[in-house]
Amino acid sequence: MVEQLLAQGFIIGVLATSIRLTAPMLFAALGEMFAERASVLNLGVEGIMLMGAYFAFWASFTSGSPWLGLVAGMAIGGLMGLGMAFISVNLRANQGISGIGIYLLGWGLSGLFFRLTFGAISGVAGFQPMHIPILSAIPVLGPVLFQHNVLVYIALLLVPLSYVVLFKTTFGLSLRAVGENPEAADTMGIPVYLIQYVSVILGGILAGLAGAFLTVGQMNMFVDNITAGRGFIAIALVYFGRWSPYGILAGSFLFSIVDALQMWLQVIGLGVPYEVLVMQPYILTVLVLAMAVGRSGGPAALSKPYVRGGT
Amino acid sequence: MVTSWLKERPLLNDMLVSLLAVCAAFVVGAGLLVLAGADPLVAYQPLLLGAFSSRYGITETLVKATPLLLVGLGIAVAFRGGILNIGAEGQLILGTLATTWAVLAFKGLPGPLLLLLALAAGFLGGALWGAVPGVLKAKIGANEILITIMMNQIAALLLGFLIRGPMIDPEEVAYGTGYPQSAIIPEGSWLLRLPQTRLHAGLLLALLAAFLVYVFLWRTTLGYQIRVVGSNPQAARYGGIGVARNLIIATCISGGLAGLAGMIEVTGVHHRLLDGISAGYGFTAIVVALFGKLHPLGIIPASFLFGALMVGADMMQRTVGIPAGLVNSIQGLVVVFVVSTEIWQRRRA
Repeated sequence: MVEQLLAQGFIIGVLATSIRLTAPMLFAALGEMFAERASVLNLGVEGIMLMGAYFAFWASFTSGSPWLGLVAGMAIGGLMGLGMAFISVNLRANQGISGIGIYLLGWGLSGLFFRLTFGAISGVAGFQPMHIPILSAIPVLGPVLFQHNVLVYIALLLVPLSYVVLFKTTFGLSLRAVGENPEAADTMGIPVYLIQYVSVILGGILAGLAGAFLTVGQMNMFVDNITAGRGFIAIALVYFGRWSPYGILAGSFLFSIVDALQMWLQVIGLGVPYEVLVMQPYILTVLVLAMAVGRSGGPAALSKPYVRGGT
Repeated sequence: MVTSWLKERPLLNDMLVSLLAVCAAFVVGAGLLVLAGADPLVAYQPLLLGAFSSRYGITETLVKATPLLLVGLGIAVAFRGGILNIGAEGQLILGTLATTWAVLAFKGLPGPLLLLLALAAGFLGGALWGAVPGVLKAKIGANEILITIMMNQIAALLLGFLIRGPMIDPEEVAYGTGYPQSAIIPEGSWLLRLPQTRLHAGLLLALLAAFLVYVFLWRTTLGYQIRVVGSNPQAARYGGIGVARNLIIATCISGGLAGLAGMIEVTGVHHRLLDGISAGYGFTAIVVALFGKLHPLGIIPASFLFGALMVGADMMQRTVGIPAGLVNSIQGLVVVFVVSTEIWQRRRA
């Protein structure tokens, strides 16, 4: 058993899988980071991911192009982000509860649409892994890092890109100001509501992309509740990552390694019950949430609706 | 004149707004059905009328309303205390696990004692599962929504593991069928049933719980403290009310009521553990609690309404082939509409 665990193939397999699993977590968590930096806690990520997953599947199935699928997933994600922005910014609804509503809506609707349009399990071609010339031939590093589909690299590039947007641009500065102190931001002439709308919609688009990754970049099919809680885990990773892109990257890696490990342990079959293995990422998330607090808090105005002119 | 009459009855007024939200959700749902290529009229007829079309429909509505009422009451206690408990699904599952384990382990006890044991085990199982997010929130401020959702997943997997492993029915092993379910619980622990139906005495228990929750929240000091902690933690602290202690008590009661729902599902309906025994009650009950404005008097009719909707959804799926998942979407819309319309209710108040 020990030899099996230490076998090179096993280790390479776990690492390569964990890099691939990092992609949807990064898309969803970076998106949520933007929304929360603008003080909107979007708990509907799971529901948006499910809708993105279904629409990406449907569009790539009917058109034959996974890229069109991606666009469809991002579009429905943006649309649901727009809805969440309206509910939380204009209607000032309780963000915790409305997020659960968005989740139920996305879960029910994606399952309903799938049954009505497909009815049974069907597959799509999806994004194929690319073998990057020369680099992919390097032993160990090649299969771990350089044999993924294009979306995985886009997800990884999104980390430094988000960092630049958040900390080196005027938009990022305004965003952070809105999250910390919307009254002060308003006084300085920053369009608070506009910034909130833009970041929640951006978060929705990225959540839709995360869902699309599951159907056209990873599993090449759709099943009911395909996300299995990953959208909620992505929100936990934002807490763990202290609302910063590199922290989120670290959290996504940690989570994905545990997830990949339990998947590979199922494959080699150690006699550990399936349910006990599948449970591990969720237990890890509870631990992460318990440990992530205590250190300094997130955006000061998080989940508090802003009323212009005071309450 | 009608509006001023309603103003003096805030609960009724709020529930009318909720009812409008449900109607709006059905209208939007119809639009979505058209988008998906289905006829909303064909879908809505069994969905809305199915529950009232037969004796079976009516008794099944009450069977489903019973856990919804218990869980909904629990969610109301937590929400009133400022804790968004989304973990009722998991707490209910722990209630079913604890109940089944207890009555199988002590099957020699006489009937009434066995039922009392089941009651205690179910409540405790749910309360302990609910206490985890409660303690984590009260002591270190961890986000209870995310933790309860993770614990739902863990509970469902735990149930799956137990009924395939340690708690599987020995007969399933003996005959080699291996169907994932526990042994049947002793008959002494079965709740009384109306003949030829699945309607059981658990409904009375749930109604009694509604009364007790009302007394607890509005007629006891502890209930008052929980409501103050929920509506204004700052004031509670200045007033010398222990915020952490009340948060934990609220989550234990909330989880315990969900655990009781699990207990009555085992002793009243299934008589054993099964996969998917929670049947989504934990999530539907959130809608029930919000629709009922977190008040027992509102939650009772809400649980009947959504119980009827669950029965109608089954009938819709069987008779016209439209998936019951439609109801999840409509419930999601109800939640969104109910919390979105609160802005007008606040203005009125």
